Amino acid sequence: MIALVKRPEASRAFSLAAPLLAVLATMVFGGLLFMALGKDPFEAITTIFWEPLFGEFAFFYRPQLLIKGAPLVLIAIGLSLGFKAGIWNIGAEGQYIMGALFGAGVGLAFYPIESAFIFPLMVIAGAFGGWIWAMIPAILRVKFGTNEILVSLMLVYVAEQFLASMSLGLLKNPEGFGFPGSRNLQQYASTHNADLIAGSGMHWGVVAAFIAVIFAYVLLARHRLGFAIRVTGDAPRAAAFSGVNPARLVLFCLGMSGLLAGLAGMFEVSGPAGQVTIDFNVGYGFTAIIVAFLGRLHPVGILFAGGLMALTYIGGDIAQSKMGLPAAAIQVFQGMLLFFLLAFDLFTNYRLKFGRTETA
Amino acid sequence: MTFTKRAAAKLLLGTALAASMGTSAFADGHAKTKVGFVYVGPIGDGGWTFEHDKGRLAVEKEFGDSVETVFVESVAEGPDSERVMTQMALDGAELIFTTSFGYMDPTINVAKKFPNVKFEHATGYKRADNVSTYSARFYEGRAIQGHIAGSMTKSNIIGYIGSYPIPEVIRGINSAFIHARKVNPDVQFKIVWAYTWFDPAKEADAAKVLIEQGADVVLQHTDSTAPQAAAQEAGNVITFGQASDMGQYAPFPRVSSIIDDWAPYYIARVQAVKDGTWSSTDTWDGIGAGMVGIGEISDAVPADVKEQALALKASLADGSYHAFTGPLNKQDGTAFLADGETADDGTLAGMNFYVEGIEGDIPQ
Repeated sequence: MIALVKRPEASRAFSLAAPLLAVLATMVFGGLLFMALGKDPFEAITTIFWEPLFGEFAFFYRPQLLIKGAPLVLIAIGLSLGFKAGIWNIGAEGQYIMGALFGAGVGLAFYPIESAFIFPLMVIAGAFGGWIWAMIPAILRVKFGTNEILVSLMLVYVAEQFLASMSLGLLKNPEGFGFPGSRNLQQYASTHNADLIAGSGMHWGVVAAFIAVIFAYVLLARHRLGFAIRVTGDAPRAAAFSGVNPARLVLFCLGMSGLLAGLAGMFEVSGPAGQVTIDFNVGYGFTAIIVAFLGRLHPVGILFAGGLMALTYIGGDIAQSKMGLPAAAIQVFQGMLLFFLLAFDLFTNYRLKFGRTETA
Repeated sequence: MTFTKRAAAKLLLGTALAASMGTSAFADGHAKTKVGFVYVGPIGDGGWTFEHDKGRLAVEKEFGDSVETVFVESVAEGPDSERVMTQMALDGAELIFTTSFGYMDPTINVAKKFPNVKFEHATGYKRADNVSTYSARFYEGRAIQGHIAGSMTKSNIIGYIGSYPIPEVIRGINSAFIHARKVNPDVQFKIVWAYTWFDPAKEADAAKVLIEQGADVVLQHTDSTAPQAAAQEAGNVITFGQASDMGQYAPFPRVSSIIDDWAPYYIARVQAVKDGTWSSTDTWDGIGAGMVGIGEISDAVPADVKEQALALKASLADGSYHAFTGPLNKQDGTAFLADGETADDGTLAGMNFYVEGIEGDIPQ
């Protein structure tokens, strides 16, 4: 008989080892999948994990890792604050879109005036856009006890409709021959979130992501609010006794995650993407949920998890083009990562017991 | 600073490398010409991307061992597509086809970094010395669909699933409407915007909504076969294959189709690169040049209608008839084309209005 027995205390070692084991298991089973598809599994795994970091064209891929990873980390940091406290913002994708729309809207309103004040205003507008969109589920929960998971998720679809409407209407490029999509912010110097050092991939969004990691670390480790977040998640009743105000915590956690998602959207639209288009959002808000958990809801963990996810995306595309692996296989591979993480996560709180089980 | 210089130098090196690999291909004749394809959907979408991939396979077949093709599917428009294109260029692709409108700015960006790599962007309007554009006159095929739809509808309601309200799609709606009205003055169009090129669930919903509103013909400008399946379920609704023949739904509900045939163009462009005669061009071919194919008109279509449709196809192919021929008014009643006048390509390319008789507004 094999039985699952709850550990008296969560295993710290396993908590740290689980992500590594998950990556390892993903490599093994992903390799088997690739082998079943008739591809060399070792070549596939090295293409995905090695090529972007140390391959022939790593000078190009390394900056791309920053570009791809920054929005994931920025959003995931915000989400992790809420997740720790049991506040579930599933709608970061919508907040990301609204941040981009607010930011781009403010920037384009100034067109074609060139000024150093425009970009900071866009940053503020982007943060505000994400924050206000997250405030809707926050206030509804605090005032009327609605479920923030549903409300925030549904608002993603509302935001997508806004995005389509803006691309086709208010923000449409007047010189775009009737095609949808805004002016390209990359071609308007005051709004362009360019690489701080050309070709390095280091745009303001990457800087913001690093700052967010440090900020979250300090908040959780040193600040009273961070303590309130942790204790609410671990023991809600104890939190209530220790004077944590749950309503304020909901407003803070949802607001902060919305704000960071909004910033991510704003930095993306003014930098790598350049344009408000109908298909601007590519799922960062949802992938960030995986990143947050893969990183154990710990700021530093999230930093690595964001990098790892970015790596599988970039490496996955390389494997597609170099080895002819189908996109679906790469997506299964990424799915495995989360699956194995959740599976190994079980052993943080439980252990296997072999032998006879006694019935109480 | 050093990092910048080094990165820039390496990027230039990459460019030079790609270029030198290109020349070596000419020199010894053994090295392969690498051709890249960037797809917006999965190659199994049965529509748009499926046909582009058929074009790629035709290139492989035509040139055999002297060409190597690579592709990446389901690439999001925006920075992801830019990265994939750059990666192909770094890996030595000499010619890259970017097959979605949304790849326009990314294609131009990457083309700047790799002046020796040739790019071909589908359905866009921005060109450069090393960027060509190409598209097909799908609206010619829409004219034939409109004719058949207008002749066959009994409820006089024709449903239309639009993807995005861009000139390409609006042109198709207008062309179908003009030719449906020609044979049936009572015909009405009901248009649903799906805001996607490929989403079977959304497309099925759109088709069902249109059928519930009384449409007995459903035209689609989205790429999946879901509307065909919805029509089949309804039983008395006819459809047309989009981008691909969708022949698995023939002879009914699918009574004909518009087929994108990119193979001749792709083969010609690869040949031009191999010959060193490639230059930046703007290609917009229709039925005549074979870029737009009309799938077999099935027996569900009455014989006389089929005959008229084939005559219309012949006149579009030889250029004796233009799908936008006056007299035509715009939706608001203002004049669009005088009697006998035909629309010029510039107007067609940027078309953002409905013709007179279509109800509803283009989403803004």
